[in-house]
Amino acid sequence: MADRPITYREALSAALREEMQRDERVFIMGEEVGVWGGTYAVTRGFLDEFGAKRVRDTPISEMVIVGAAVGAAMAGLRPVAELMTINFAFVAMDAIVNHMAKVRYMFNGQFTVPMVVRTTTGGGKQLGATHSHAPEVVFAHFPGYYVAVPGTAYDAKGMLKAAIRDDNPVLFVEHSTMLQRRSPVPDDPDFVLPIGKSDIKRQGRDVTIVTYQKGLEYSLIAAEELAKEGIEAEIIDLRWLRPLDLEPVFESFKKTNRCVVVEESLPMFNVGAEVAAQIQQECFDWMDAPVKRVAAMDIPLPYAREIEQMALPSPEKIIRAVKEVV
Amino acid sequence: MAEPIIMPKLGFDMAEGTLIRWTVEIGQAIKKGDVIAEIETDKATIEIESTVEGTVLQLLAQPGEVVAVGSPIGYVGAPDEAVAGVGAPAPQAAPAPQQEAAPAAAPARPAVPVEAAPQPSAEAGGDGFIKASPIARRLADERGIDLRRVKGTGPGGRITKKDIENFPVEEAPAAPVAPAAAPAAPVPPPIPPEAPRPTMPTFTEVPSGPDVEIIPLSRIRARIGQRLVESKQFVPHFYVTNEIDVARALELRAQLNESISDPAGKITVNDLIVKAVALTLREFPNLNSHYYGDKLVRHKRINIGIAVALPEGGLVNVTSYDADKTSLGTMAANHRDMITRAREGKVRPHEIEGSTFSVSNLGPFDVEHFIAIINPPEAAILAVGSARRVPVVLEDGTLGVGMRMKATLSVDHRVSDGVEAAQFMQKLKELLENPMRLLI
Repeated sequence: MADRPITYREALSAALREEMQRDERVFIMGEEVGVWGGTYAVTRGFLDEFGAKRVRDTPISEMVIVGAAVGAAMAGLRPVAELMTINFAFVAMDAIVNHMAKVRYMFNGQFTVPMVVRTTTGGGKQLGATHSHAPEVVFAHFPGYYVAVPGTAYDAKGMLKAAIRDDNPVLFVEHSTMLQRRSPVPDDPDFVLPIGKSDIKRQGRDVTIVTYQKGLEYSLIAAEELAKEGIEAEIIDLRWLRPLDLEPVFESFKKTNRCVVVEESLPMFNVGAEVAAQIQQECFDWMDAPVKRVAAMDIPLPYAREIEQMALPSPEKIIRAVKEVV
Repeated sequence: MAEPIIMPKLGFDMAEGTLIRWTVEIGQAIKKGDVIAEIETDKATIEIESTVEGTVLQLLAQPGEVVAVGSPIGYVGAPDEAVAGVGAPAPQAAPAPQQEAAPAAAPARPAVPVEAAPQPSAEAGGDGFIKASPIARRLADERGIDLRRVKGTGPGGRITKKDIENFPVEEAPAAPVAPAAAPAAPVPPPIPPEAPRPTMPTFTEVPSGPDVEIIPLSRIRARIGQRLVESKQFVPHFYVTNEIDVARALELRAQLNESISDPAGKITVNDLIVKAVALTLREFPNLNSHYYGDKLVRHKRINIGIAVALPEGGLVNVTSYDADKTSLGTMAANHRDMITRAREGKVRPHEIEGSTFSVSNLGPFDVEHFIAIINPPEAAILAVGSARRVPVVLEDGTLGVGMRMKATLSVDHRVSDGVEAAQFMQKLKELLENPMRLLI
């Protein structure tokens, strides 16, 4: 197991390549995934390696991309459909929520839908209000498919391979600002992470930070700052919004008695709301302070860089929130 | 270590009580079971007994004050604690300004690690609430720490886990002085006595002017009103009336009383009726049950509630426990004692609860007959009229003079039906007409 540090982008490429090599039924489709090599260069070189039959450029129609993938999956293939960004997934909502998620259920198990929809999320890149969403929670609202939100290269590879191998549909959400982040990742072609398992990314005794993706990155920075003041944060990376694994959160909370939830979502009806509700349900007698939430501001994300950053979570906001509860 | 005297909960729906008077003084040594105060609840005036032994350190509640159930009304501890605790501020000191002071005012008294002054009890709902996180509450509970003695350092003075962990357990014996000293202010938060009183709808505008006098409903009246409206609204009553020949029962009573020299031991007609009802109930266990929506609770003990009119108006039901097993003599003495004390407002809590069936007797007031309202969750109540000399048809068909008493059983139709009620009355009549069996 020679774990070498690679980027989040390389981890995604490796996962796709290994799974396509392993299983002929796996194929890729999406806008610019072939000739161009993917908007984020994840599938660069795939067209040459696997050919046009398995690496298919599609028209600019997200409804078609997901809809066709659902059909292919029902027919026995294992499509990995790419939506350039999650902002465009709204256009494919019906295909995702009503077809991908419901086919197996509506036809009483006569069909399975072993497919993955890959997409990117996140704001902070001055793309304006309509192209800067982090709406994973919206998709995680619906039963019928998994929602992956990897926050490291290691997780990106292990989770994407798990998603492709699983017979259930998966919405695989990558973070557009984390593609260059490096971490050690196993080369082993059978390195697969379990679906629906959160992960403790940092041990601590004073406060439990529940987060994922950009929130994870910021929380790790905040935790180092807090440690200088003697506050040790335990950071739990959810990794999957569905299935949502809160057992480690409850366990951690029973030790720290305090919790801050950090996410890039909008503040209403988000992950923090769910986690806070479940903590008070499961851990009421261990609560020492209300569960605190750090999220984006409840506004369309501004274009101007300074106010865009003001509207998003930051390590400073996390530090402030932690200090309010410890 | 000083123990609080808590406003007791003397009934499942009691939320607060009024302190009528203290029967002990500060500095007085008391034992467990000593009567320390008289409390008026919605049901009755009751003497409360100390649950602890020690010296009275502090009497927090003033006569007439309404205190929430669970709130401390005084403190009992060791005599030396009394010196330290009570010595300083007089109980009446500075009532008004303290009232306004926010909890944050506590630091003014650095020696007192207490936030308790304006917030006496964690248990009491509403104004007596102490801010503490759930885990702080749990830890305090596990370690036996009284939250009133802990100073909260969290937001808004909330007691947090850290405050409990830092609380010096060893100092516990010394600390209790504090609650005694601090509450010198009128501790129990002012609960407006009118607030929780149930008001009944009126059908016309309330008249005013010189021709009328407005009398606010007493707590007991309001409570009776509320309960009986509920009973009449929700309990489907039906009634069975019987006429009972009580000539022999009265004769027996006269004979028995001739042999009893102590006037306090004399047997009343009511005693005979209670005894007869209790013996009858042995054969009608269904009527000795309580109704709880989807189930009946059948009582194995037969405890007869006796309605006692209070001199200031209102009623209280005293309980004749195990009336089927108690001899008439013992019963007579018990009843007399309880009824007398009930009229003086000095019954004990257990004496006004636990009844499984009730008897209301207006016999002494020349009443032909009347019907009573069931006291839920009981299944029935017997209303007893006066024994009267009336014309009767004798067995040979001629007219004569008899001594008859009418009694009406009110029954909850959800529990029982007409035939059972009629059979009960028949059996009761039979017993009272052959009263020697009451002595067995």
